[in-house]
This record gives sequence, C-alpha cells and structure tokens, in this order.
Amino acid sequence: MTAAMQTGVSAFLARFEGLRAQLPGDPAVRAAAAELLRDAGLPGRREEAWKYTNLRQLAEATFHEPLTRLDDCDALLARLPRLDAPRLVFVDGRFRADLSEVPDGVSFEQFAHTGDFGTLARPERERMVALNTMLAEDGASIAVAEDVDAGLLQLISLASEIAGRTIAFHPRHAVRLARGARLTLLEISLGTGVYLHNPVSELHVAEDATLVHVRLQDESRGAFHVSTAYAEVAAGGTYDSFMLSLGARLARSELHARLAGAGAAVHMNGAQLLSGNQVADITTVVRHDAPGCASRQTVKNVLAGRSRGVFQGRIEVARGAQKTDGYQMNQALLLSPEAEIDCKPELEIFADDVKCSHGATVGELDADQLFYLRSRGVPEAEARAMLVRAFLAEALDAVAHVAAREVLERAVSAWWEREAA
Amino acid sequence: MLEISGLTATIDGKQILNGIDLIVPTGEVHAIMGPNGSGKSTLSYVLSGREGYEVTGGTAQFDGKDLLAMTPEQRAATGLFLAFQYPVELPGVNNANFLRVALNAQRRARGESELDAIQFLKLARAETKRLSMPDDMLKRNVNVGFSGGEKKRNEVLQMAILRPRLAILDETDSGLDIDALKIVADGVNALRGPAFSALVITHYQRLLDHIVPDRVHVLAGGRIIRSGGPELAQELEANGYAGMVAEAA
Repeated sequence: MTAAMQTGVSAFLARFEGLRAQLPGDPAVRAAAAELLRDAGLPGRREEAWKYTNLRQLAEATFHEPLTRLDDCDALLARLPRLDAPRLVFVDGRFRADLSEVPDGVSFEQFAHTGDFGTLARPERERMVALNTMLAEDGASIAVAEDVDAGLLQLISLASEIAGRTIAFHPRHAVRLARGARLTLLEISLGTGVYLHNPVSELHVAEDATLVHVRLQDESRGAFHVSTAYAEVAAGGTYDSFMLSLGARLARSELHARLAGAGAAVHMNGAQLLSGNQVADITTVVRHDAPGCASRQTVKNVLAGRSRGVFQGRIEVARGAQKTDGYQMNQALLLSPEAEIDCKPELEIFADDVKCSHGATVGELDADQLFYLRSRGVPEAEARAMLVRAFLAEALDAVAHVAAREVLERAVSAWWEREAA
Repeated sequence: MLEISGLTATIDGKQILNGIDLIVPTGEVHAIMGPNGSGKSTLSYVLSGREGYEVTGGTAQFDGKDLLAMTPEQRAATGLFLAFQYPVELPGVNNANFLRVALNAQRRARGESELDAIQFLKLARAETKRLSMPDDMLKRNVNVGFSGGEKKRNEVLQMAILRPRLAILDETDSGLDIDALKIVADGVNALRGPAFSALVITHYQRLLDHIVPDRVHVLAGGRIIRSGGPELAQELEANGYAGMVAEAA
C-alpha cells in the first residue's frame, strides 16, 4: 500500500471513530469494515480490479462530513428533469422528506432507521464498499410487493456546496422486488463543488420480476463518484440497467450481477461521455449461476480532450449454467488524439454448452462518413457533431422506457452543447 | 459550365489523372466512359474534394469559380452533387433529418432562407413519390440496411431534393436491375433543363440508353482519348475499349 492510500484512509477512519456511536446498524459489521480498511487502505493500482483507475487524487483530498441540512437546494432542484413521477431526494447523502414524494405501491424506509446492510454487498472484497459500510448514514430502502407494477420512481442525489468544505457521503440503498413485481428506477446524481459520492446499492429481483434501472451520473466536474451495485436475479426475472456517465472528475461505476435462477436476464448497457481530464470507469461482473440465462452488454464511450475511459467487463459462467447466452460489446469514439480508452473483457467459463461473445471497437470518426456528409453541403463541424450524436443515439436506443430515455437524451444534448461550444 | 483544363492528380504519390481537358456547357449531359483503372472515380472525387487526392496541376472551374480551392461543402453549396458509386451508411442518422440539415446548410451558404420541418417534409414526400420510392425511405437511417439498388435510388432522391446545377454520377448504374436503372435515369432526366448539367460516369453503354448524353468522352490512362456524340457509346459497346486505347497510345 502506498503512503497516499494509507493517509487517504486514515481521515475516514478518524471520522468513523468520531461518529461510530451514532451510526445505525450492527456495530460489528462496521468495525469489521474499518479493520479491513485499516489493514489494506484504499484500493491501489497494483490491484487487478483497479489497474486502470487511480484513486490517488481521492486519497489525497481531505473530506469532511456533510453539515446539517441545507435548506436552499433550489438551484440544484432546478436542474432536475420535470417528470410526472414520484421521487426520493437525498441531499449530501441524507434523506429530505420535504423534497420527496413517496410513491404508491412502494414501501420506503430510510437506512438511517433500519441500519440494514443487506446480504449482497461484499465489503471484504470491494474496499470502497468497506468504506461505505463503515460510514453509511442514510439511504433508500425500497420494496415492491408481489405482482405490483410500481411504475417510475426517481432516486435523486444532490450534493451541495459550502465554500471550502469538501464533503463525503456514502449512501446505502436497497431495492427489493417481490415475485412478478415491476419497477423503473431512475437514479440521478448531480451536485456542485468537490465531494465524494460513494453509494452502495443492492438490488433483489425475485422470480418473474423486472427492475429497469436507469442511471444518470451528472456529478460536478470536481467530484468523485464511486458507486457499487449488486444485483441478484431469480428465475425468469430481468434486471435491465443503463448507466449514462458524464460528470465527475473521476467516476467508477461497478456493477455485480448474478443470474441466480433459470431463464433470468441481465442487461448492463451504458455510455460514457468525457472531456477535459475526466476519467470514468465502468466495471461489471456478471455471473451466470443458473442454466438458460442471458446477459447483454453494450457500452459506448465518446472521449474528447485528454479524458480517459475504462471498461472492464467480466462474464463468469458456473459449471451448471448450460445454455448460457452472454454478449458484451465496448465501443469507443476518440475525438482527440490525447483521449484514451482502456478496455479489458474477461470470460471465465466452466460450462461446456454456452454461447459467449465479446468485442471492442476503438476509432476516430469515419472519414468516408464525414466526406459523404460534407459532399452534401453539411459543414465539417456540423458533420462531426451529427456523427457523434448518431453514435450516442444508438447507445440510448437500449433504454426502452420513453420518459427515462428522454431524460438521458436531454442530458446528452446538453453535454454536447457544452462541449461543442 | 464546368471547365477542366490540364488536370493532373495523384493518390499516394501515384499519378492517376494525366492532364484532363473537358468542357461541359450548362444544360448539357456528358458521359465519361472508360475501362477499369482509367481514372473515372478519381476524377469524380477530385472534383468533389475528397481528401487523399493531390491535385498536381491544371484547373477546374465551375461557372468561373475555382472548384479546387473550395471545401467539399462549399462545392455542394455552389451546386455540385456527387452520386456515389458506393453510398456510405450512416447508422443513427435519420435520412429525412440528414437531407434537411444538408439542404438548409446549402441554402444558408447561398444566403437563402431555410426550410422548416414541415416545408421540408412536404418537399421530400413529393420527391419520394415522384421517384416511386416508398415513404419509409425517409424514416430509415441513411443507407443502413438498404439493398444496393435502394442505396442508388437514395442517391437520386438526395439529388432531386438538393437540386444541384451539376451532378456527377459515379457508376450509378453498377449493381442495378433494369427497374432500378429506369428509376435512376428518370430521376436524372427529370432534372434536365437549361440550368442543369451532368457528368455521367459509366463503364457500360446500358445507362446511356436511358440517359442519352449530348457528348461522350472516353477516359483511358488518366486522359480523355476521344470525344464524340452518343454514337461513340454504341461503338464502344460493339468493339470494346481495347482497340481505341491501343490507337490512342
């Protein structure tokens, strides 16, 4: 462990010592997580899972705990899409009932009250999850009962800025869909200033249930966003996720999905739009533990400036998981010679009757396509913009929920307007 | 009027055009015929401004303006249109949207007012209908999943909507069945008039039965070795290129 990773963790440990008596949940779980961090520090680049994403800047920053509630969130709230759907709003990681509307058909509790760490997260393997486990104060615990279609629910994270104060928050969310239930969860993270948003979510999809999980990571350009989600899908269930990552100076979205029952399906699509010095990392592990399951993944990257995109995708097929159908594709469009993509697909297959494929493409805009547009009179800059937007439009096609897709489309348009300016 | 004089061009240092002299007066349709490798496609790309071709000598003027000094989009706005031999697929780009952006970009460059979405759609639907093309051609992504014939018809549709003053058709007949060939020819013939010129590049005489040219030029070894009336195409069809090329050498 480097000195920075050790120093980085010591401030968090000190904060834990100050807070531990007030934190919800089993103190033994938190103490174990603290022990892990004390021994191993924050994850470093010598570890395989963090080879391409360096947390050094995060380790060197000094984070404070959020201050008590900030009343004026109007500027942040104004940036949210106007949707006719209930929402759960967290500001600096803490639930704000006054800004939220709890939906019908969904039961909602705060982690601050339940202290329930759930069953899927693995702080012993993922140390940013250990950090969350040690310091989690609040979060949303959402449950949808059997055969209920709960429609669209927004889960909002806002990070406020108080001048000169760098905050860290570690929300702990859980979503439990009972047999045959349906929910579309639109998760939006945004904020101002410098902060660390380190959420951990666990997502339980029971038999024949469907969770559509659409995420928009539009954090402040000074922020660190490290999210880890664990999904478990029972027989006949579907977990359909899409991650649009365009904010933060450093973003890591890690998703572990386990296909636990026959005929389960997982879609883990996403897009990353980066510029300047941004680094964003989509890391996924899908584990096929049952026969006849399908996993699908397409991740598209548009990288400008000196930005760097990382995609690590692992498909594991257990011995009994015959007739597995796994597909993975990572595509990157490099808009500048200094932009970079690191792509690491991995297949680990222990069954003999499976179909797994993966692929990657990396390139600049196609010269033939550019000339074709220009030969029709479209000026070069406009032609480039059309081709980038076409690439992105194709990525968003994976989001079937119309209102959620429109939210992402607007975010992409706004990003492009900003970047092209 | 298109006036090409002493035009030479190279690609990757290799000389392909060896001094082209050609005049296409306004209102005329000229055909350029020639064997494979004679420089036909190079000529069309050099005139439309594709990167990778280096003009090493000569001039090309359109209505007195220096074509070679313009960007591809400026040439388009001036009235030049290239119908591609291999039209390019644009996944994620809607055909109607593409055409509207292109038409309005040209109009803007010419100082004309832009068409709004409704005005454009009206125009596009009328042209689609006139060319006996299905409406859904406008809704699809540009050339994606189009058959060879559909791609060529889409080129003609673009030409009909963009209304160029000079069209270069680069082997537009290749890969077309007779019905598609007629649609393409009708599309070109419909534009013929005192203000429209075309350069029809083809290997075979077949297309010229439907688009009857005012003049036929034979390109070989990067030079025009013979020019004549439409009967020259018949002669080539009967005797092939070999004799004529040998004679010129």
